[in-house]
This record gives sequence, structure tokens and C-alpha cells, in this order.
Amino acid sequence: MPWFWEGLKRDVHTLPPGVARLPSGVTPGRPTTTAVTAEDPFDADICPVGALARRDAGVAVDFDHCIHCMRCQPPKAPVQWQNDYRWAEAAAPPLPPRFQRSIHVRIVDAGDCGGCLSELRQLLGPVYSLHRYGIYVSPTPRDADVLLVVGPVTVGMRVALEETYAAMPDPKRVVAVGVCALNGGLFADSFAVSGGASRVVPVDVTVPGCPPPPLAILHALELVTGARRETREVAES
Amino acid sequence: MNLTDAPRGGAPDAPPGGQPLHMVTTSTATLPDTVRRLMAEDRPLFIGLVVEHTGSRPPHLQYVWMGPEARWLLVDVAVDGTVVPSITPTVFAADWAEREAEDLFGVHFDGHPQLGDFILHDEDWAENLAPMKTRPEPPAHGGGRDPYEPPRIVQAPGRFVMPVGPVFSAAQESVRFLLETVGEEIMHAHVRLFYKYRGLEKLMERQAPDRAVLVAERVNGTQAFAHGLAFAQAVEALGAAVVPPRARTIRTALAEWERLRSHVATLAGIVESTGLSIPANLLAAVEEHLLQLSARYLGHRYLFGLVALGGLSRDPGDDALQALARAGVEAGGSVQAVCHRLTFDNSFLDRLEAVGMLPPARAATLGLVGPVGRASGAPADVRCWHPYAAYGKHLVTPVIESEGDGYARFRVFRREVAASVDLIQRCAAALPAGPVQTPVPVVPGVGLAAVEAPSGALAYWVRAGSAGQIDRCHIMAPAFLNWHGLADAVRDFAFQDFPIIVSTLGLSVADADR
Repeated sequence: MPWFWEGLKRDVHTLPPGVARLPSGVTPGRPTTTAVTAEDPFDADICPVGALARRDAGVAVDFDHCIHCMRCQPPKAPVQWQNDYRWAEAAAPPLPPRFQRSIHVRIVDAGDCGGCLSELRQLLGPVYSLHRYGIYVSPTPRDADVLLVVGPVTVGMRVALEETYAAMPDPKRVVAVGVCALNGGLFADSFAVSGGASRVVPVDVTVPGCPPPPLAILHALELVTGARRETREVAES
Repeated sequence: MNLTDAPRGGAPDAPPGGQPLHMVTTSTATLPDTVRRLMAEDRPLFIGLVVEHTGSRPPHLQYVWMGPEARWLLVDVAVDGTVVPSITPTVFAADWAEREAEDLFGVHFDGHPQLGDFILHDEDWAENLAPMKTRPEPPAHGGGRDPYEPPRIVQAPGRFVMPVGPVFSAAQESVRFLLETVGEEIMHAHVRLFYKYRGLEKLMERQAPDRAVLVAERVNGTQAFAHGLAFAQAVEALGAAVVPPRARTIRTALAEWERLRSHVATLAGIVESTGLSIPANLLAAVEEHLLQLSARYLGHRYLFGLVALGGLSRDPGDDALQALARAGVEAGGSVQAVCHRLTFDNSFLDRLEAVGMLPPARAATLGLVGPVGRASGAPADVRCWHPYAAYGKHLVTPVIESEGDGYARFRVFRREVAASVDLIQRCAAALPAGPVQTPVPVVPGVGLAAVEAPSGALAYWVRAGSAGQIDRCHIMAPAFLNWHGLADAVRDFAFQDFPIIVSTLGLSVADADR
């Protein structure tokens, strides 16, 4: 009981929906396609993962490979960075409308460095409070509607990932969280890594980022349910 | 430390004191005697075993210990054949290091209690692959032998094995625990790591150091700065680069900033495991606040991309560091307020006091490092033993408790939060002016460097080749040493204590599964 009063005394920590400005720091930002002139000294090789490419009138960024090393951040390179978080992309339609109010997700760590999992923990924590959106982490794949995969899918986790997917009832969706889960990221060339979740299970929604911030993962879950959620009202700073 | 031209002492009985580096060269036959003699006169901290073994050349082994006063102790073994006498009967901390070397390099250790299935799981990999030995490309996986059966330790009627993991019902890292029991109490725990083995040491080979530093950061994303820093220091030692004073001070401040966040996360995990959700959420809110401050002032929530060879990739500026120092005081205050109330909460104390016992003598045998070791009376702290960055100027007093139970570990984490907050302030108040990066020539040779990561002593051993590429990199991670102690910590405790004991150790799986 004393803890109950202690909790009440503190401020509300939860990020309120519909605030005018996104608090700085909830997203690390990412480079964006930038117009550069032919005279601009720009060398695409500053990107260690080859995510930058010179196009006719500018620099194109391949978000699926960008690992936020910040080597192309101004003033080192004429590449603009933007502070958004709607990074997820859906390759499949959302779940049927009856899933809009509540879904259960299963998280599989398939070789994550700890970054993406930590962001998922923040999402479940008091600031983002995933439960208020009716999204719950399922203790069993039999009750799960959505599979969240983090990590490049190591050889050791391959079977566990396949079996988790097979145990989930239809309809189901798979979300690949982070560059590693998309294509193996920096680990793609390792002999112990499969090189992305799509090599093992069919991926429906991808969230790039290294790691993607909690709101980007929430955005991916919005795409899965098809529900328009309150954080959509949050304006970008 | 640059080991390339290190003097090699041939006499194994020369005292190691006094010199910063004591390298003993020994043959396979005299290895056990040499190690026994060295351990008798000094009780250094076991850090790891470096193996170099390529093609048809015989393997080259280097056992690494660390002592106070910037001393390293290396035992260099020139191996004839592929069988080496195991030192595990003398140095129990070397148990897993030898199993790793056997699995990845095919070096056989004679007299080791348990070899075989360790890093490369039997059900996923063919037998005798030795992937780290093979060049240019390691063999493809596949093999699929029989599922793993742990060795049977408990011989009692009604004994059975309770499997837990590798997939959990929350945002948890993949690891499997096989708990031997006859009912209520755990009689032995087998920790099966390496579901997440990513082959990173092999991946770093042939990469340029300024790319490999990105891989090093992602060995353990929640302690990325420590990993990047240890790697950068090993390469800097090779090129004898002198990091500018401003970069050294900022590196110290950021290393402490990372420790602060990591320890708050560990404390939140401990409280969460005891079922007190309100204080756990109060601490978790502080953790997210620290992450947001990291992104605002340093550009990345987990400090990726900040460490560069020769210093830092960019200067956050005096204002940012002073703002972080102020925010650290505020966050530290919130953490201490919650922790203070917890010390009066019986339902919290009952779950931690005299639970997960690692008595000092046992912790020394296991060679536990970091906060877990310090909670069992082990004084090792790399910041004091081998001052790096600006730790020589901003001195640290190691936080030591002696009970070795869960509550002692909780107190160490809590006191280290306060110490980190204080150190960040001291650094921010005394920031030297000047550049934050110096060019680092990549010189062929061997570099060795250690840092005190949030979870303990972390060392990188790097051999660079003549074309400026990495020929071999060995990561000696604290979690690899500390997971070894889990079986002891949980022995004779009930199943319900298991998640609490695991959380008080504050260990990362990714750190070990490199």
C-alpha cells in the first residue's frame, strides 16, 4: 500500500497522446534523401554499409541498411537528418478489423545485440505503456497474433523461430524489427547468421533502424492492426 | 598495451610484480606447473584465453590475467600437436574459455572435466568444424546431430530436468536453462548459452579497424560505448596513438553515463523480478529518460557511433556534457529515493537477503568480475587497476560489499549509480579544451586493452596485419565470465527465486554470445 501512494505522488511518466511537440530524444533521427549539387563534395563511401548513393540531383538513402553510425551527419556530409519515427513499411494488409482493439504479440530474440530488445522493453514500460493500446505480450505462441523478430536470425535460433511461427494460429503477421532482422545488418556476412527473418519466416511488416526507437515499433504495430492510434496525432518537432 | 615487442620472460618462476607486463613463455608440457606457480604467488584476475590457429600452423595460445597497478600476466604457450593440458583444475575460471577454444579451434584440452557441445550446438552444427581455424571461409552449418542432453549431475531418486527457454514470454534474451531438481529446489543449473552466437570474431577478421569498431559496439548494444572504447584502445595501443586530453575526459564521462543507464536498468530488473511493479516502473521511467537525454545530447539512445579510433567521432560540446551532468544528478536522486524506500520494504528484502549466495571464496574461484564480483568482496575494478581514458586523473574508489547475496549486489549497483553521477559531474566541470580525435596509424602487431564495462572487466585483444586489416580479434567479455557463476548462485534455492537471482546478476546474453 505505501507504494501505491508513492506512485500517485509522482508525475505521470507516460507520453501523453496528442502533444504538440515530440519530446526530443524519443527518436535518434535518420538521414533522409537530400538534394546536393554536382559541386558539393560528397563521397558515398563515407557510409560503411553502402546505404548512401549519389543520384542525379541528390543523395539517396537506403533505410533498410542504415545503421545510425552518424558518419554522414552534418557537417561531415551534406546529408539532412530528420527527426521522425514513422519508419515501418507493410508488405501485407492489416489483420482483419476484429483485431483493431487488441492484439497479442510474441517476441523472439533471434540474435539481437540487446538494443532492439531494450527498445521493446521501453515500449512495455511506463513511458510508452503499450498495454493502453490493447497490445499484450503473449506468454505462448498459441495465443499470439503477431510475431516480433529481432536479430539477424542466428543458426542457433533458426529452429526456435520456425517452431514459434508454426505454433501461432492464423491469421498472423510477422514484424521484423531492426536492420538485423531485415537483412542481417552488420552481421549479414557472418557464417553463423541466416541474414534476416525473411529467410526463415514470411515477413509482413519491416521496421528499419539500429535500433528503431519505441515509437517506430509502435508504428509497425499500428500497420499490423490497421488501427489509427492516438500517437498519430503527435506532431513532429 | 602493445604486445608486439613485449619482452618474453623465459623463466616461469620470476616474480611478476613490478613490471606492467609479465609474459611467460612456456611449452605444453610445463604449462600446468607454470600456472600453478604463478597462481600461488599472486592471485590475479583471469580474463581470457586467446587462440591463434590458422591453416596448418600449430595453435598458439595465450592465457591472459590482470593484476592491480596496471599489471598484465600472460602465459604464452607454443603448442606442438593439438593437445594441451587443461589448466581448469588449477584455474576454474578458465573452464569456459577452454571449452570455447576446443569448440571453435579444435584444440583439445587434456584433463578438462567437460568438453564438446558448447558454442556450436550439436543439433545445429556438424562435428569437428573448428570454424575459427578455417581460412578463408568457415564451413557452412548443418549437421543436425542428436539433441543436447546435459550431463547428469544430480544422482537422486525422482531427479528430473526442468527446461526454461530459449524463448521467453517477455522481451528477454534467448538462453536456455536446464534446472536439475527432485522437486522444489534447484540442485544444479546448466546454462546453455550461444543460441545467439553470431561469429563476430570471425566477422571482424579482414575488416578495417574503423569498420570493425561498429561491429564491436554491436557485440552488446546496451553497453556499446564500453565495447567500442575497449576495441579502440587496443588499436590505439598498437599505433602508439596519444588520445587528446579532451577526448579522454569525454570518454570517461560517457563511459560513466552508460554505466549509470545500465545500472538503472539492472536495478529496475531486480525490482521487477520481486514483483513490486510501482518502484520497478519508477526506475524504468528514469531509464527511458536517460535514453532520451542520450539521443538529445549525444545523437543516439545507446551511444552508437560515438567512439572513433583516436578519440571520438564528434565533440558533443561543453554545454551538452554539463547538461548531462545536471540531468544525471536529477536521475540519480530519483533512483536513490526509490532505492531508499525499498530498503524498508520487507517483501523486497526477504527476496534478496541471503538469496543467490556467492561467498567471497567461491567468487574468487569462479573469477567473477564487475559489480557481481565486487558484491562478493573481489576488489577488481579495471578503472582502478588499469586506469584508462581519464580515470588516472578522476580517481574511482571501488564499491565493495562482502556478503555475496542478492542484496549485496543490489547495494553495489545502487552505490555505483551514485559514484557514476559524481564522476560525470567531475568530468564535466574539468573539460580540457582541444581536439577530440587524433589520427591512428594501424601498425601490424598485437594490441591489448581493457575497460570496466558496466557489467565488469572487458578486454579486447587485436592482431593487425600489414595491410591495415584485422587478422584476429578476441573479445573477453564480462558476461562470459559471470554466467559461469550462475550455477553456484542458484544452487539449493527454490524455483521461485530463480528469476530473482538471475536479475541480481545483471548479465547480458549478447555479451557472452559474441
